[in-house]
Amino acid sequence: MNTELFGVISIFIISIVLAIPVGKYIAKVYLGDKTFLDPIFNPIEKFIFKISGINSTEEMNWKQHLKALLSVNMIWFFLCFFVLLFQGSLFLNPDNNPSMTPDLAFNTAISFVVNCNLQHYSGETGLSYLSQMVLMFLQFVSAGIGMAAAAMVFTAMREKTTDKLGNFYNYFIKSCTRILLPLSAIVAVALLFSGTPMTFEGKDAITTLQGDNVEVSRGPAAAFIAIKHIGTNGGGFFGANSAHPLENPTYLTNAIELWAQLIIPFAMIFALGFFLNKRKLSYIIFGVMTVGFLLLVIPTVMTELNGNPAIEKMGIAQTTGAMEGKEVRFGPAISGFWSIATTVISTGSVNSMHDSSMPLSGAMQLLAMMVNAFYGGCGVGYLNFYIFIILAVFISGLMVGRTPEFLGKKIEAREVKIAAFIAILHPLLILAGTALASYFAAHDTAMGYWFSGNATGWLNNPGNHGFSEMLYEYTSSAANNGSGFEGLGDNNPFWNITTGIVLLLSRFIPIIGPLAIAGLLANKKYIPESAGTLKTDTTIFGVMVFAVIAIIAALSFFPALALGPLAEYFTIK
Amino acid sequence: MTTNKSASLFESKQVKEALAQSFVKLNPKLMIKNPVMFTVEIGTAIMLAVCISILMGATDQGSFTYNLIVFLILLATLLFANFAEAIAEARGKAQADSLRKTREETPARQVLPNGEIKNISSSELKKGDVFVCESGDLIATDGEIIEGLATIDESAITGESAPVIREAGGDKSSVTGGTKVLSDKIKVIVTSEPGESFLDKMIALVEGASRQKTPNEIALTILLAAFTLIFVIVCVTLKPFADYANAPITIAAFIALFVCLIPTTIGGLLSAIGIAGMDRALRANVITKSGKAVETAGDIDVLLLDKTGTITIGNRKATNFYPAKGVTEEDFIKSAVLSSLADDTPEGKSIVELAGAETANKLSIEGATLIKFTAETRTSGVILKDGTNIRKGAQDAAKNIAKQAGNAFPEDTAQKVIDISTNGGTPLVVIKNNQVQGVIELQDIIKTGMKERFDRLRKMGVKTVMVTGDNPLTAKFIAEAAGVDDFIAEAKPEDKMNYIKNEQNLGKLVAMMGDGTNDAPALAQANVGVAMNSGTQAAKEAGNMVDLDNDPTKLIEIIEIGKQLLMTRGTLTTFSIANDVAKYFAIVPALFITAIPALQGLNIMHLHSPESAILSAVIFNAIIIPILIPLALRGVDYKPIGASAILKRNLLIYGLGGLIVPFIGIKLIDLLVALFM
Repeated sequence: MNTELFGVISIFIISIVLAIPVGKYIAKVYLGDKTFLDPIFNPIEKFIFKISGINSTEEMNWKQHLKALLSVNMIWFFLCFFVLLFQGSLFLNPDNNPSMTPDLAFNTAISFVVNCNLQHYSGETGLSYLSQMVLMFLQFVSAGIGMAAAAMVFTAMREKTTDKLGNFYNYFIKSCTRILLPLSAIVAVALLFSGTPMTFEGKDAITTLQGDNVEVSRGPAAAFIAIKHIGTNGGGFFGANSAHPLENPTYLTNAIELWAQLIIPFAMIFALGFFLNKRKLSYIIFGVMTVGFLLLVIPTVMTELNGNPAIEKMGIAQTTGAMEGKEVRFGPAISGFWSIATTVISTGSVNSMHDSSMPLSGAMQLLAMMVNAFYGGCGVGYLNFYIFIILAVFISGLMVGRTPEFLGKKIEAREVKIAAFIAILHPLLILAGTALASYFAAHDTAMGYWFSGNATGWLNNPGNHGFSEMLYEYTSSAANNGSGFEGLGDNNPFWNITTGIVLLLSRFIPIIGPLAIAGLLANKKYIPESAGTLKTDTTIFGVMVFAVIAIIAALSFFPALALGPLAEYFTIK
Repeated sequence: MTTNKSASLFESKQVKEALAQSFVKLNPKLMIKNPVMFTVEIGTAIMLAVCISILMGATDQGSFTYNLIVFLILLATLLFANFAEAIAEARGKAQADSLRKTREETPARQVLPNGEIKNISSSELKKGDVFVCESGDLIATDGEIIEGLATIDESAITGESAPVIREAGGDKSSVTGGTKVLSDKIKVIVTSEPGESFLDKMIALVEGASRQKTPNEIALTILLAAFTLIFVIVCVTLKPFADYANAPITIAAFIALFVCLIPTTIGGLLSAIGIAGMDRALRANVITKSGKAVETAGDIDVLLLDKTGTITIGNRKATNFYPAKGVTEEDFIKSAVLSSLADDTPEGKSIVELAGAETANKLSIEGATLIKFTAETRTSGVILKDGTNIRKGAQDAAKNIAKQAGNAFPEDTAQKVIDISTNGGTPLVVIKNNQVQGVIELQDIIKTGMKERFDRLRKMGVKTVMVTGDNPLTAKFIAEAAGVDDFIAEAKPEDKMNYIKNEQNLGKLVAMMGDGTNDAPALAQANVGVAMNSGTQAAKEAGNMVDLDNDPTKLIEIIEIGKQLLMTRGTLTTFSIANDVAKYFAIVPALFITAIPALQGLNIMHLHSPESAILSAVIFNAIIIPILIPLALRGVDYKPIGASAILKRNLLIYGLGGLIVPFIGIKLIDLLVALFM
């Protein structure tokens, strides 16, 4: 047990330590400073800009940034949608997998465009290799989009009074080429050497020790799995995601994949400090996020290690902790840690069955996605946190008797309006979605086109656990996380379409909001700091931000959590 | 500071009036201005409907008594919130009324254009009319003296019993309605239409008729509306959740949950806090033209203060004569006195005083020509009957005169000038027939306690700037002695203006106080311009506040009032939201305990029963409003200890306190409620 905990702690600490130089590198990339990779990437980027006819030095305001961001995403969506819809008759399909139904293609295309990867299909039977490649492309660019948006917000925070906030395409391409690509290459090579396949050949046939003939799915998996984590996408090549022995063969690959999903979200926060030359601010932000993360991760790891009280009551010893739904090669400690890391960071890849976690762990996984601001996804993690900073600045500004200001810019009605709207959107999407599904389930409605049979049919478990399954699915969608509680019949028009809509809204509106606020603030008059100004790089301000996040999440979701995992927790306790 | 600053918060007459108003304000048309309380009103109406439906025979909503109690508590919540606003208004009105009493109908003698005098009532006077006042008269309305000079008793508005002198032309030409002329006769032109004087505007602001929400108040209302919306979402979606869990929830429980969660505490007190802020300004004898001005005052970064009268006591006094080499002291004093005999400035008089009556009586300036001080020559003096030309003035002006006549500026005098300046004095050089005779030392006396006040301002983050006509050396000495951060020496009116503009370009907010007509542009440019009540009409029009006490240090108080206003809002918001945690732990188990007994584990307060838990939570939610009314009216204490320290302190008191207090309060109420169940 101590060895298990040691493994968890060392992976966490190594990730933080390595994130600092990576953060410095990221800041340099966005500042346009010289880096050691210039000789490789300068010509590549020049070529990309040349063939696409983009002037990468043209300064854009926040509205132009948004326009560029939204239009490229729309094109990718349609491209992906059509490939999935017709993959059965297109090339690179050695296993002859069928084309997707329109609702599944809609859901899958959106979920990959928005960096969520909800996956209401199983990769082995649901996708051709061409589709896998298109999805892998989206895993790169959707992560790059988040980072480019964050880079614009960084720039807006840095400048005194301006509407020139850098070039979107410049930030985007550089995020992909200089940050995502090299890191993914490292991870892919490591996975390749540990046994993950990377081939375009179809299924392999093996004979098991028992003498059965088994077909084993393969494919270009190593590259896919690398960007799945580096870009905090989380969509697995195989249905079982990172619990699959080919997707995550050993404890070492498990450690590498954990590191891979933590590195950019960690490094982006440090990058902010280097970019603004306000390192203390980034340490405070990182500190707040880390406290939040630990408060989620410690109870989870402890309950998983302690095992299931219901089994204990039966008089069965559980020396290895709660092992239901977990891989023996990983164990409960690192699986518990992974389940929180993947939900906090909006990766959504899983190495254990979240449906089988202890109720308290389930509550923590849900809470991690409900908060959706500790570390967070690739680039967008900071954007979510930024909203809470704005709200905290506003309330604490009033508390010290001064019109609230953040980095020398006044926070006024307009910014509060946008921030409040974004803060409401998250609970609205989760609760409204779950309410809709609960309503049908409660009345066991016949769903017609939307679902074959009556609504309760999509639940594998009755009662509180069934409620958790529905709550988790919408929470995972709204947090753009993509992990599944599973145990839910989700590949049908009802779930594909409703979660698809949630995904769309919960990705783009929370990007538009922070971009708009940052753009509006950048345009305002800069006010120099005085003794009366509330400093935002102090511990006490960190406490304030934490309180705002905790209170908003707790207040919005307490009743839902009480009816789901908490009810279960008290029942089996 | 005139009136009852120490008066109790609740006077019975005001309370009665406020109680009546609490019911009037239930009108939904008035209520909708406050989105948080408006939703409570809807909830109350629904509860009324539920009560009626039970009387008509509905059975699935619990007992009539229980529902009626919930209805009554909700109604009380509304009334408490209305009472908070009404009592703040009543207090402001009482304060304004005491000022208004001074301007009840008084007889006035209007001067018609043809010169005739007509006796009319003050209310008939219109803007531009002229009236006369003699000793013993009450001045009919606000105006500006266009002819004459008078001593005036302004104690009715300032509380200061010493009479003041007001005269035509110059910076002390303004008179206020209701004050009394003690001597002499003045002609006054009316400067405002009836009902539009500053006081009238202030009264309207306090009474709420024309009260507009300030920018911060608007932003906060948005935030509170957002919180309300979140809880609308939480409560509406809870219905299908509960259906799925087979846990039927009564309407009373739903509405109780909703009302407890939305920020009713701050929502109910918000407008009372705003009104109380202006009321506090009024108590400090400052009339503000808008609520925004008070709020802006809390954000001030730079404060411009005139040296004379603010930092130093009144005027400079002559303290020493230093004759130049080769001039006897007697001759020098003679010249100095001759140049000052006809000079009725305080400085001039002090020179004669220093020389002594004996010397002065021997000298005469009969038949002499007086030369008045002008901004260009910056000297003044006399040309005697025999043609002797004596001038005194600033060092550089005197130097010019001597130079133009081909005379040298004596070295010892030049040295003395520097010595005097570096010691904070003002050197006044005397010239006779274009030859330098020597220098007179004038000294400033710094008011006591200024250093502490400036220290306090510095800790608040406010930079103080002294404005003076003195030369830079003198200005520097006084600035250091008084403890101001910066100074503008040899200031011309446009210098003030430029300084303000420069600071504003750096993004800072500037406040200044002024009285003269030439201050008007700067007062208008400043973010907070406080005009003295004794100042000219132009100055009063340009500023956004008027100080009835004419006290130049009043700005410090105004800044604190502004800060208190924001702080009270911020802290009560935090308190209100933090309360929700305890309320959740009271109500959520109560909602589900019958259907899911395991959730008893969430009932950490061990409340008696689901009904008692819900009642305790709504009762707590209601009574916390009146409990906090005194705090809303008085404002949260402001201490200049730095922003982070204040945040820490307020977060501890109102954040952590807001988390813990309701746990205790709800438990105690539950113990009481359980006795009756």
